[in-house]
Order: sequence, then C-alpha cells, then structure tokens
Amino acid sequence: MEDGQEARPPNQGLKIVVCIKQVPKGEQLEIDPVKKTLRREGVESEMNPADKNAVEMALGFKDEHGGEVIALSMGSRSFERSLRMAIGMGADRAVLLSDRALAGSDTTPTSYALAGTISLLGKIDLILCGEETSDSSTGHVGPGIAGHLEIPQITYVTEAKVENDKIIAKRQVEFGFETWETTFPALLTVKFGCNRPREPTLSRKIKAKRGNVIQTWSAKDAGLDESKLGLNGSPTIVSTIDTVELPSRKGELFSGNLGKNVSDLISRLVRDGFIRG
Amino acid sequence: MDEFDVVIIGAGPAGSSTAYRLAKEGFNVLFVERSNRPGSKNVFGGRIYSYPFPEIYPDFWKEAPIERYVTQENLVFMTESNSVTMKFDSSSSEGVSTQSFTALREKFDSWMAKKAEEAGALLITGTRVDDLYWENGKIAGIIAGPDTVRSNVVVAADGVVSDFAQKAGLRRELTAKEVSVAVKETIKLPKETIQDRFNLGKREGAAYSFVGSATGYLRGGGFLYTNKETISLGAVVNSEDLSLQKKEIFEIIENFKLHPFIQKLVRGGKVVEYSAHMIPELGVNTLPALFKDNFLAVGDAAAMVINHGYTYRGVDLAVVSGISAAEAIIQARQRGDYSHMGLSSYPDFLKKRGIMDDMNKFKNAPSFLQNARIFTAYPRMVCDFFDRMYTVDGKGKEKIFDIGKDEMFGKVSVLKMLRDMMSGLRSM
Ligand SMILES: Cc1cc2nc3c(=O)[nH]c(=O)nc-3n(C[C@H](O)[C@H](O)[C@H](O)COP(=O)(O)OP(=O)(O)OC[C@H]3O[C@@H](n4cnc5c(N)ncnc54)[C@H](O)[C@@H]3O)c2cc1C
Repeated sequence: MEDGQEARPPNQGLKIVVCIKQVPKGEQLEIDPVKKTLRREGVESEMNPADKNAVEMALGFKDEHGGEVIALSMGSRSFERSLRMAIGMGADRAVLLSDRALAGSDTTPTSYALAGTISLLGKIDLILCGEETSDSSTGHVGPGIAGHLEIPQITYVTEAKVENDKIIAKRQVEFGFETWETTFPALLTVKFGCNRPREPTLSRKIKAKRGNVIQTWSAKDAGLDESKLGLNGSPTIVSTIDTVELPSRKGELFSGNLGKNVSDLISRLVRDGFIRG
Repeated sequence: MDEFDVVIIGAGPAGSSTAYRLAKEGFNVLFVERSNRPGSKNVFGGRIYSYPFPEIYPDFWKEAPIERYVTQENLVFMTESNSVTMKFDSSSSEGVSTQSFTALREKFDSWMAKKAEEAGALLITGTRVDDLYWENGKIAGIIAGPDTVRSNVVVAADGVVSDFAQKAGLRRELTAKEVSVAVKETIKLPKETIQDRFNLGKREGAAYSFVGSATGYLRGGGFLYTNKETISLGAVVNSEDLSLQKKEIFEIIENFKLHPFIQKLVRGGKVVEYSAHMIPELGVNTLPALFKDNFLAVGDAAAMVINHGYTYRGVDLAVVSGISAAEAIIQARQRGDYSHMGLSSYPDFLKKRGIMDDMNKFKNAPSFLQNARIFTAYPRMVCDFFDRMYTVDGKGKEKIFDIGKDEMFGKVSVLKMLRDMMSGLRSM
C-alpha cells in the first residue's frame, strides 16, 4: 500500500476488510483413508470459526467508530454462503475472488491473491483474519497478506481498541498475554473464541440475499499474475498423511457398591498402567 | 422496515408449496425457516403419496429426490414372540408404482424450497419467527429477533405445534389425548442388502405397519420404510397411553427394535439419525378455523393430517392445503381484499381438491383409534390363532374352527368384534 504511512484522518470511521474462509463443519471432518486428503464432497460447510470472531471484532469497531466492513473470501461460488452470513451479521458488502486459476492454491498464492485484491479496495485502515482455519490450521495467510502489503501485523489477538491513530491489541502467547500497539493500516489475526459472534438478524439476512451486496472478481479483475496462482504457485508438497485408529473401548461396567467400584476402577487403571499408584 | 406481499412461517411442504405457487403468480414472497436447511429437523415416517405433485411441478418425476417407489405393503400383527404378515404386492413390470414413494425429508423439503426460490420467493433459513406483528388489531407481519417484516398476508406453515395458529387465535393448545408421540431411527445398510432382505428391485420399496407388541400394545403402531441406502424405523404412540402406563417412547422403540422380526431386517445396520416428534390426532371436527383477516394456516399447523391407524398422511395434505391457500390469496388480490371475506375461498379450494372429503371420511378415525382393543386384543388373537393352527405337538390337532372359536371369541365378544371391524373399515 503506497500511502500506507499516512496518518488516518480523524472522525472518518474505519474501513475494515475481514478475510473469511469456508471450511467443512468440524463434526463432519473425515480423512479419506485412501486419498489421504480431507473429504470435502457432500460435507456441510460453514464459515471458519475464528473468522466469525474476526467479523465480530470488525463489527465492534464499526459500532464504536463508524465506517465500513467488507468481507472478503477466495474460493468457489459456494463460499457466497459464508459471505452472506457475514453480511447477515452486519458487514456492509462482500467480495468473492473466484477463479479456476486459483484452484489448488496453498497459503502462498492465497495470501498473494488476497493482498492483491485488498489493494484494489481503496484505502483500508484495518484487515482482520481468523488466527487459523479449522481445516488446515497453518495460520499463514494473515501474516502473508501483511507481508505482501508491507503493513504491521499483530497475531493471535484477543482484544483490541482504537485510540486516536493507534490500534492497541492484546495478543495471546504461550504463557500469557502481550499488549502491542501500532499505527494504521494494520493487520490483526483474531483468536478463536475471544468474543461472541452476533447472530445474523432477519432484516440483515434479507439484505444479504436480496441486494447486490456480493461482488465476484476473477483473478484478472484483481490484477493477479496467473503464474503465481494455483498449484504452480504453491510450494507445499504433501508426502504422506497418517490416520490414527482409535482403540475401541473395553466396555466394562462396574456395578454395585459405589465406594467399592471407585477403588476397583482405580486399582484396574493402576494395574493396566494408565495411572501411577 | 422490510415489506412483502406475503410472509410464510416455515419451509416444510406446506410453506414451500404456498411460496412456490404465489411466487409463480408474481407475488413478493418471503418464507422463513428456523432450521439451517429445510427439512433437516422434520420427522416423518417416510412415505409420500404422490397424487398432488405432478400437476404442481411439471417435472416432478424427473427432478424430485425420490428414494424408492413403494411396491410392497405389509401389515404385521405382532406379539413378543410371533407375527403374522399380510402382504400386498403392487410392483408393475417396470418395477415402479407411482402411487407413493419413500423420501428423506432433508432432501425432499430442500428440493421443494428450492423450487419456490427458483420461482422467485425469498427463503431465509436459520431464523426463528418469534411473533406476529399486529397493527390496529389486525395481523400485519411477523417479528423475528429485533426485526419486523410487514406483509398483507401471513401464512402459518409452522407444523404441528403451531405457535402461530394459536397466536392468531385459530386454535387452542392440544391436549395429551390429541397428540401422539413418534420416534424414528434411520438405519444405514448397503443398497444391495436392502434389496435382498426385502426382495426388492433397484427402485422398488417396501412399507410396513406393525400393530401389537410394536407399541407395547398401546394405541399406535410401528412403521418401517425402505429408502435407497437406509431404513426408516419408528413407532407412533398415543401420548395419553404413554403417561397412563408410565412408559417412555424410547423404551418402546428399543423393545420394538429387539423383536426378532425387526432384528432380521435391520441386522448390521448403523443408526445414523434419531429423532422424535408429535402428531396431532384431531380430525376436522376439532378444527376451529383455517383463516382469519390477513392470516391463513396450512399443513400440520391447520391439523391437516390423516391417521389411518397404522399409517399417516400429512405431506400430501400439506401440499394440497398450501396450494389451496395460495389460490385463495391470489383471488384475494384480485378483489383487493385480504380480510376474512377476501380469503374466504380457501375452504372452497380445499373442497375442490377433495381434501375435505378425505378429512371428513377419516374424521371418525381418531375415535376408532381410541378403541384400545385393536392394539391389544386383536394382534394377540391373530398370532395365537396361527400359532395353534401350525402347532403339531402329538396331542391331536384341533379343527381350525375350534381354534378360531377359542382364540377369537374367548377374549372379545363376537358382536364387539364385528362392530369394531365395521367402524374400522368405515374410517379407513
Ligand atoms: C413420526 C411421523 C411419521 C409420519 N409419517 C408420515 C408419512 O409417512 N407420510 C406422510 O405423508 N406424512 C407423515 N407424517 C406427517 C407429516 O410429517 C406432516 O404432516 C408434514 O410434515 C406436514 O408438513 P408441514 O409443512 O405442515 O409441517 P412441517 O413439515 O412440520 O414443517 C414446518 C416447518 O416450520 C418450521 N418452523 C416451525 N416453527 C417455526 C418458527 N417459529 N419460525 C420459523 N420456522 C418454523 C419448522 O422448522 C419446519 O420446517 C408423519 C409425522 C410424524 C411425526
């Protein structure tokens, strides 16, 4: 972003982009034992859980400071569902980057493509992403976008506030929290579960379905270099995936006297080496 | 505030058919469904009578998500150890019969909702309608969460425990006597296994009704339908009987499933879904009203269910009532009057489609079904009769007539049985 270092004019509201991915529903995740890839056919999908927290954080900023929230996603047409959900929650509009050339992209072309799209959306103050996706858990894309746009980033954010032309964010690290501040524009990745995403309301859902609120862009619309996209642009190689067979339960039932059951169970667990006596 | 010509509450078969018909006619229609996918929470036995569909959806047979065509009807009387099956086979040479078919609600309801959307109706899922919106004492829309949507007409298609028919003052709350409780399991088995076990062709399906020990001899029945790769197995039991006998519906289905007859059919299958629901046992007599100013009730919300004792009809009636309500709304628009007067052709359209005749014919069914003998005495009698007829124990075989006399007439008087059978036949 060329004009990235300029100070934000006061009282203008915030222009926020939230990046969203649609993922298979958690409880339906299954690995194809033969192909060793995630089974996606016939599996219901939803907005990536941490992305919902990112949308909520963006809407919280908008509630307080005014402005505009744009939901952005890259993927197939079916991803419109999650973008509609974001609009149902309160986002103003959405952009879906959808192109065959993008198929098979790993996180490298994905962050390149999203960054390219964002740079065409005008002057953005904040970019929010979920900390990671539930279907691949890399957490690469947010930082990748910040890298391409050459803007500061704060990852694993649980709370954030805007003060004048600064953003102050609390991030979760392995053994506690850190608080950082940065100037605009900036990118935050948002910790799953850090807030309670609002439910989409009826009127907003009607707006999401009726109005012309989702734009679909091709790779060309976003000015992307096709050689950097898709499988060709993706350095990741999956060599093998192992699936773990869970052992079946023994299904033993201890019945009768409660006190005796507990001591029987404990001595059994000690005997079989599950706990130390 | 959003405004529509018509808002429909619920995207089951009743709501979706109303929405479809109105959207085709150019109405600006909103239909709101509580679950995330239409049908995903809707329970039913598994068979749909097809008569109303082809006229409404010209490509019905090509497009609709049909599991199997029912070509085999079975009525099973069972005791704990025995069973007697009456089987009716109707498979044609092509292996299809278009009378009725089995279906899975999530697929079927979603398909119907999609047809309405294609026709131009706006579907919102995952939103529960909380209340009716009133203006000057008249219904003028709906309220969901913080939002109000205004409309000329509201259609309640929200199913059996319809809050909205009650809120509008069309009907009172149902009593325990007037509802049955149902449970259903969906059991997955390979396609070929189902075809072998039930002796079915690729597209053929079987329907079973069970009386007797299936419900622990309580009023109600068991059912089983074959889908492509699943079996729908369940039981419907009168809720008053359940509470009198201090039994839980879950125990009943567990026992039913353990019956050797059922065990053989579902062996090796994996339960992939479990659900419970209520069915109204009203009959038209107890139906107070179907519509009022700016408001109509359709499908289960209007108690449009026929209980044959051992089987249920509801989806077809939901669709017929949905289409009839839509036609009444179309007429009301022509008259520029959505009041009670303006909508008054609704019952006429129902009559024209023969639905009221059907409902009237079956209006005595509930009282026939109140008769406990059918569920207690008769299944035992039938099973015992055959048991003794086929028992050879070296003690000298009885004459069939003597067995019959003992079994049939020992427990119930001849007169009573004749009377039961007559009233049964009349209401079936
Ligand atoms: C165990 C059982 C077996 C049956 N067997 C058969 C059978 O084999 N064949 C047959 O034809 N019929 C059968 N029936 C009857 C049949 O299921 C019903 O008659 C039929 O589903 C009625 O359709 P409907 O559209 O009126 O209601 P429903 O199918 O109940 O649809 C109502 C819809 O409204 C939605 N809704 C409810 N409240 C709200 C709200 N506040 N806001 C938004 N949405 C709401 C619900 O989620 C639902 O999708 C059976 C019923 C049961 C319980």
